[in-house]
Amino acid sequence: MVQYLLMKIFRALITVTLIVSAAFVVLRLSGDPAIIILGPEAPPEAFAAFRKNWGLDQPIWVQYFKYFGAVFHGDLGNSMRDGRSALVVVGERIPLTLAITLPALFIKLCIGLPAGVTAALYRNTWVDRLIMMVSVAGFTVPSFVLGLVLAMIFAVWLGWLPSGGSDTWAHAVLPTVTMGLVGAAVIARFTRSAMLEVLGQPYIRTASAKGLLWRDVVRNHALPNAAIPTLTIVGFLVGSLVAGAVVVESVFSWPGVGRLLVNAVANRDLAVVQVILLLVGLTMVGANLAVDILYGIVDPRLRIKRLQAGS
Amino acid sequence: MTIDTTPNLEPARPAETGGSVFTSKSGLRAFFEAWPPLVLIALLWIGLIAVVVIAAMWIAPYDFMALDLRARLIPPVFMGGTWAHPLGTDELGRDVLSRLIVSIRISMIIAFLSTVIAAIVGVTLGFVAAYFRGRIEQVILMLIDAQAAMPFMIIALAVLAFLGSSLMLFTILMGFYGWERIARISRGLAISANERGYATAVRDLGATPFRIYSRHILPNIASTLIVSLTLNFPEVILLESGLSFLGLGVQPPMTSLGNMVGYGRDYIQSAPWIMLAPSAAIVVTTLSISILGDWMRDKFDPTLD
Amino acid sequence: MSGLLQVNDLKRHYEVHVPEGLFGRKASLKAVDGVSFSIEKGRTLGLVGESGCGKSTTAKLVLGLIPATSGTVEFAGTRVTARHDAHWRALRRRMQMIYQDPLGALDRRLPVITQIGEPFEIHNPEMSAAERTERSALLMDSVGLRPDMAMRYPHELSGGQRQRVVIARALALEPDLLVCDEPVSALDVSIQAQVLNLLDDLRERTGFAALFISHDLKVVRQMSDRVAVMYLGRIVEAGLPEDVFRRPQHPYTKALVSAIPTPARRGKRERIVLEGDPPSPVDVPSGCSFHTRCPIAQASCRNEVPKLVESGGHAVACHLVNAGAAPAVQAAE
Repeated sequence: MVQYLLMKIFRALITVTLIVSAAFVVLRLSGDPAIIILGPEAPPEAFAAFRKNWGLDQPIWVQYFKYFGAVFHGDLGNSMRDGRSALVVVGERIPLTLAITLPALFIKLCIGLPAGVTAALYRNTWVDRLIMMVSVAGFTVPSFVLGLVLAMIFAVWLGWLPSGGSDTWAHAVLPTVTMGLVGAAVIARFTRSAMLEVLGQPYIRTASAKGLLWRDVVRNHALPNAAIPTLTIVGFLVGSLVAGAVVVESVFSWPGVGRLLVNAVANRDLAVVQVILLLVGLTMVGANLAVDILYGIVDPRLRIKRLQAGS
Repeated sequence: MTIDTTPNLEPARPAETGGSVFTSKSGLRAFFEAWPPLVLIALLWIGLIAVVVIAAMWIAPYDFMALDLRARLIPPVFMGGTWAHPLGTDELGRDVLSRLIVSIRISMIIAFLSTVIAAIVGVTLGFVAAYFRGRIEQVILMLIDAQAAMPFMIIALAVLAFLGSSLMLFTILMGFYGWERIARISRGLAISANERGYATAVRDLGATPFRIYSRHILPNIASTLIVSLTLNFPEVILLESGLSFLGLGVQPPMTSLGNMVGYGRDYIQSAPWIMLAPSAAIVVTTLSISILGDWMRDKFDPTLD
Repeated sequence: MSGLLQVNDLKRHYEVHVPEGLFGRKASLKAVDGVSFSIEKGRTLGLVGESGCGKSTTAKLVLGLIPATSGTVEFAGTRVTARHDAHWRALRRRMQMIYQDPLGALDRRLPVITQIGEPFEIHNPEMSAAERTERSALLMDSVGLRPDMAMRYPHELSGGQRQRVVIARALALEPDLLVCDEPVSALDVSIQAQVLNLLDDLRERTGFAALFISHDLKVVRQMSDRVAVMYLGRIVEAGLPEDVFRRPQHPYTKALVSAIPTPARRGKRERIVLEGDPPSPVDVPSGCSFHTRCPIAQASCRNEVPKLVESGGHAVACHLVNAGAAPAVQAAE
């Protein structure tokens, strides 16, 4: 088990290194980092200090290491718009994004998981077809279309909910629901596949033939086994919370990290972009690592390997 | 939870037709079983889109950039407008139908080119990894993992931020969507092809690796790859329209489906058709291709998912 | 020594990791551990042994499909290496292999006649398509396949027919050496006889040399001019089929032969049952690798590896059998 964990942590570190390196490469490709990070209006002394700090006059591998150092010190430059530290600018938006993405995640799981399981159990009946049709609609309709349509119905026509801004909790409803529905569709489809694959295994047939009630077979055998691959997709969803929020926050003018990213890209506020990039990368790696650790605990096959290695 | 349905484990009962094993089907029924109606509709729509893409310049009634400030915000024909502008006009008097046609063309071309790029990059890297194994394979696997680890939307945004939004760059960027899945699949299939023996057998005949991969392995995995690519296509459409909606994808004066939705967004109250027409096009096209892809997968390779 | 194929002290070891204790240990899997033999032009050497004794690995080493850890393989005077370069590919014209699983060895997407003709495409690119088709049709005929099967796909043929296709393809360029790795083990017994007879006929007509590998003693006996018995990567006995099977000298061979089911015969032959589990090639016993199961093992058997000693065309690797005999030449005549 320890070996397994260590290997997973090691791989996570490698991925993080890759991400930071990629950011470094792209940064260097797109021009003078000093201007990019500090903005064109910074005073010349700031440029000089920056250049020295980042070692821009030194060979490229020195710059590479200094860049890593800068990243770990949180010295990632200032937002061009208001000159504040990019880290701070991003940081203050995180709670807002979480305010809609976490409830959305909850919705995704609460609707998606049962829907997928039900569809698998009632395979090829009208229940299955219905759920699958709805879920297909869920991921062929882009989130911005769904968001706008919901806004049109609930904000414009019915007037129940506001369509933009973030003043009251009512403002959070539409963005949350939009993201939740789209994600629920993806989860439903995936859970259905995982469940179908488990149901097709010989041991399910054996369990049923042993005389167990079908609902016990499902509860004790099918569901736990289907939970394992589902864990992966949940991990992915957690890691891509910000990515999902990008479009939806823009549709509803919700001032979270996603919207900040869009604006930063449009204004080429690269310090902010860089921070968000690293943030998302770390979140993904962290989520994957957490999933891997959970696997190691939950999946008995890996547990057995531990026991075998230790005997 | 009363989940009492027994699983579908019993074999199908033979039809009660007087002892004969064969039941005759009416020709029409057989036709519809081989080609489900939904798939037919999807194919029809895709065909229509293909026609639009090819003949866009001739079909569009107006120049998609032509302004007509006297004819602003006219609703579509079925909402009280005129046949001169069947789908209405937008806030600058531009004909929505014409813009829709050109947008479809651009979005489809971008999606197509991207899928081709993803296919070429993915298959090449997958085969290289399968052939060389060892260090090279490890490096390629790490690249695949790294790409799979990051949500592509974020990568795309970062690249656009750093390198700008020229159309060519954008298309190439879209081309990097999904290559890692193709690479994974082609590597896996190439390795199992090698293990299965026919690739080794041909190598033992003295064939060069190039011949083995192009003449034997590639055709054998082509159907699986095509299904994957078919499912990649609509995802690129969604990605591109999302980015264009945000104003970061296809730039004006070029127009794409996402662009149009973006423009129409300010008018959802007063002129919803500006936004609804391209949205409908996106949804129906993506849906059609997904349906087609699912059907192809069920036909060719039920083990893939 | 001027055999067509000359194998000298061939070894193939794999470094493996055995899960044992806290960290596991490194071990050496000795698939082939010092095998020497030679095959003359037009002659067949049969190689028998249990699964895991190294027969298939030997086959792959002979053809240069996998690299040897040490030892040499010489074919018609040139060294056979496992570097798959142009030289190796050109050598394929003269040495070919038939596999145990004919379905796996064929591309399911191409009709059989195309696959039979593929060696021509590879090595004789100047040949026209018409000539290729003609030659392929002739090959089909020579292996007993009807012309109407030309456009069939491998999965549309029976097991025996597929193996004929594989044979036809292997013989297309008229190789000097054919390695047959369990060619009939996957076929029904009645079909086995047909395919074996076919191979026999072809060998008479074409005159290729063959390395014939099987775990089935009867099959090897039928096909071979000389036979070698392998155990855990080494040859323990070799000689004419009659000598080895009628008068086996090595204790292992005796046990193998005694296990062949026979109809009731005069004088019950006693069945020798070996004791102990077959050891794995990862943990090869010291000295004579058979000593852990040998009914007549002595102390010396644990310490020294017996050499393959020949007398009168019959070679045995056993201390007790060879007490006093001098080492001699090993050649398949």
